[in-house]
Amino acid sequence: MTERTVTILNRTGLHTRPAAMLVKVAAKFQSEFFIRKDNFEINGKSIIGVMTLAAEQGSTLHLRFEGTDENEAAEAVTSLIERGFDEE
Amino acid sequence: MGNETGTTGQKIIRGIAAAPGIAIGPAYLYTKSVPRVELKPIAPAEIDSEIERLRNAIARSNKELQKILAFAEVKLGHQNARIFEAQIMILGDAILINSIEKRIRDEMKNAEFVVFDEITKYKNLMLAAPDEYMHERAHDVDDIMNRIIRNIQDQKLFSKLEGEAIIVAENLTPADTVIFSRNQVLGYATDLGGVTSHAAIISRSLKIPAVVGLRNATKEIQTGDTIAIDGFAGLIIANPDAATLDILKSKAERFHAFEEQLHGIASLDAETPDHRKIELSANIEFPEEVEFTRLQGSAGIGLYRTESQLIGKSTYPTEEEQYEVYNKVAEGMAPLTVIFRTFDIGGDKVVTEGPHESNPFLGWRGIRVMLDRPELFLTQLRAILRASTRKNVRIMFPMVSKLREIREAKKILQRAKDELTAAGVAFDANIPIGVMIEVPSAAILADQFAAEVDFLSIGTNDLIQYLLAVDRDNSSVSGLFQQFNPAVLRTIKMIVDAGHKRHVWIGMCGEMAGDPLATVLLIGLGLDELSVNPSALPEIKKIIRTVKHRDARRMADHVLSLATEDEIKEYLSSIVRNKVPELPIE
Repeated sequence: MTERTVTILNRTGLHTRPAAMLVKVAAKFQSEFFIRKDNFEINGKSIIGVMTLAAEQGSTLHLRFEGTDENEAAEAVTSLIERGFDEE
Repeated sequence: MGNETGTTGQKIIRGIAAAPGIAIGPAYLYTKSVPRVELKPIAPAEIDSEIERLRNAIARSNKELQKILAFAEVKLGHQNARIFEAQIMILGDAILINSIEKRIRDEMKNAEFVVFDEITKYKNLMLAAPDEYMHERAHDVDDIMNRIIRNIQDQKLFSKLEGEAIIVAENLTPADTVIFSRNQVLGYATDLGGVTSHAAIISRSLKIPAVVGLRNATKEIQTGDTIAIDGFAGLIIANPDAATLDILKSKAERFHAFEEQLHGIASLDAETPDHRKIELSANIEFPEEVEFTRLQGSAGIGLYRTESQLIGKSTYPTEEEQYEVYNKVAEGMAPLTVIFRTFDIGGDKVVTEGPHESNPFLGWRGIRVMLDRPELFLTQLRAILRASTRKNVRIMFPMVSKLREIREAKKILQRAKDELTAAGVAFDANIPIGVMIEVPSAAILADQFAAEVDFLSIGTNDLIQYLLAVDRDNSSVSGLFQQFNPAVLRTIKMIVDAGHKRHVWIGMCGEMAGDPLATVLLIGLGLDELSVNPSALPEIKKIIRTVKHRDARRMADHVLSLATEDEIKEYLSSIVRNKVPELPIE
């Protein structure tokens, strides 16, 4: 299991477009991927789940990856969030 | 906007004219009923067929949404079509679909129940978020859930809509309008208005009459009732009697004949036979309206309601986002001019923050909000300035009630200019600025205000409500909202005279400017510009081109000598009937 803690940096937060990007990146890996915000956890490969997080700019997310390619998956997802989803 | 029930049982419901035309036909009451979902246990042998039903429903929903998306891209533009993209993505959410299928299998429950139960969990989480944006996403999720359930139940969405019908709905979303436009829709009538402008735009482009803001049409009308929709007068009539039907039919005929006559008027100037040229321009809310406005032969945009961008947003758009929209409008209209009204929020318009007000129309709205939020104001002004490089942009401040507000707004505009200059960004250094005259104090001080600006534009809706102390949305007093009240007309004359003394031009962008009954009077009072709903442009132009300015002045003088609104309306109708007999007015 690999865990990461990230902060949402982009201005609009985890709105529809960033949520879709996140799910797409996660789908490239076999590992299971879960996102926890406060005390609430959703499947990071589910668009409706990620939309539900309502993660605004500045929110802290705990990411959990489990599977054979968990390190690569963690790297790819963390990098996307830290790049602010390449907004602007 | 009160309702009137006549002795014959016909009922008139008044709203806002959104797209011209007249239609008579059966009503189809479109209520967004949530499909009934019941929990039904299924037998082990039924599991596979239940999952098959789910998969078919998802495939069908996907197909429906792809069609709506394609149509919406064309009609509404990419930005507005995005909502459907999000819904399509949810249909493709493998985690969601797998968990639904797994529950059908494990719990042996019917597909629609599991879909309802599973998606409602997400919806409730979204509704629990404090964020307006999340609440809208919850509606999207709700929409998609209902679509899947409907398809599982093999319920055809509009099975009841057979043949032609006039759609009566509380509100129509872009998706609804798009779907309906493929059916034989004779007209649209909605309870709500304003924010539904997209539906109005689509109606106009499809040439289907529409009336919005009817308030309680869905409660007064049943499916199958014969109704008449009058997209000129902005009203619908339920169960019209024979006499009314005759009047409407002849009005419709005259409209078609008149439309034939108007063919070609778009390329002509709005000029009286004795060569007084009136700047006849259009009021718009969205960049998508630019094309229609040009086709209608507008001389420019007299009122671009920039606050329309804030609809459905939880945060203010950035300078870049605003610039993109503003530049599209300025570019689309060039070399014709566009008057950008800075955000007019508060009152009945988008309220994004601030405490609850017991009397919002006398509260924090228009320029008051922007002066209290100089950073938002500065951002908007920078974006407008950047769109002004073609020198066809003008700026107008709403709800100004004191001189100090104009001076402060100008200071912030100067700051925006200085910042752009320092950054080496191009803009029109001589951008003309104006103010709306819509508060009695502004009308009384119009001469002093005129000395500070390049133009004045009269906003009649608010001016009348403040002048006569009548809330026209309050049905107990809305009958007292009289645009031809002598006090209103004297005030308009006072504003025009004061402005002309200071050599600034005077426009009007309220609803009165687009009322064919008012045109001769307004020209006679000396207005230089009239800015109207784009669909009203040809008929107003026709009137301008028919009546001499000299005669209009004489008629306006006579109107000012009349004591009551009834006499004034009677006199003005007789003029229009005489001069433009082909015009379909009542």
